[in-house]
Amino acid sequence: MDHFTFLVAAYAAIFVVIFLYVLFVWRRQSALEAELREMEARLKELIESPRSDEELPSRHP
Amino acid sequence: MSSMVRKGLGYLSLALMFVAIFMVFDWVPTEAEQGIAQRIFYFHVPCAWVAFAAFGIVALAGILYLWLGERMWDDLGYAAAEIGMVFCTLVLLTGSLWAKPIWGVWWTWDSRLTTTFILWLMYGGYLLLRSSADDSPQVARFAAVVGIVAALDVPVVIVSVRLWRTIHPAVLITKTGEHGLEDPRMVVALLVSLAAFTIFFVWLLTLRFAQLRARTRLHRMGQEIALAEMRAGDR
Repeated sequence: MDHFTFLVAAYAAIFVVIFLYVLFVWRRQSALEAELREMEARLKELIESPRSDEELPSRHP
Repeated sequence: MSSMVRKGLGYLSLALMFVAIFMVFDWVPTEAEQGIAQRIFYFHVPCAWVAFAAFGIVALAGILYLWLGERMWDDLGYAAAEIGMVFCTLVLLTGSLWAKPIWGVWWTWDSRLTTTFILWLMYGGYLLLRSSADDSPQVARFAAVVGIVAALDVPVVIVSVRLWRTIHPAVLITKTGEHGLEDPRMVVALLVSLAAFTIFFVWLLTLRFAQLRARTRLHRMGQEIALAEMRAGDR
């Protein structure tokens, strides 16, 4: 292999590794957003359930 | 940091990366001794700089976590360790691809290479610990200690070319106290690359840190909701 091949390989390695890490961060962001949606749904269910209504203090006496 | 500022940093680092690539492949003169392979240097050094800065932040965040006990510092250390590991891997990869055409070998147990490899192994251990153990304060405390101890290797890597016999060039500051770059264009290209990588690092760190903070808050919220669900189920 000539020197130019090593040069291109080094720069390609840098961009491939950086791209893979950014992809990993992006996927984590999507997973986090899904977790947030799930938690919002659970919270909504808890607030709307009749049992919890009895437990929760009323805001309008 | 607001999302607008973070976006701006991302675009700025991308633009500077393109300028740096143009400089490396089209603008800087070819080094007389090593030829075209020496151009690996312009991204190899910034990768090392980002890795060292990231590991420095891990140590600082570890000290602050042990001192103040606030979860925020643990999240910052974790984010910095992850990014430092990515760039330390790149240092070893690009170094190997530079060594083969110049030294004739992919790897040699030279002082700088060996100390960098030890650094990589130690932070690899740190990340393994974080990914395999739970998020308890005990694990965070242990990780903080590992992060601080591992960072002690960073100054050893830097001074290794002066302490021991080595074939690794001391390009930035030679033994005579000057820099080893023969043409001013080489210095400019290196500075542009350093700026691009530093801004990219700040962008990545703030992004990953914000994610880890959000994850911590979500877990706490999840625990509180589970507790409320259990109470509601009991009654």
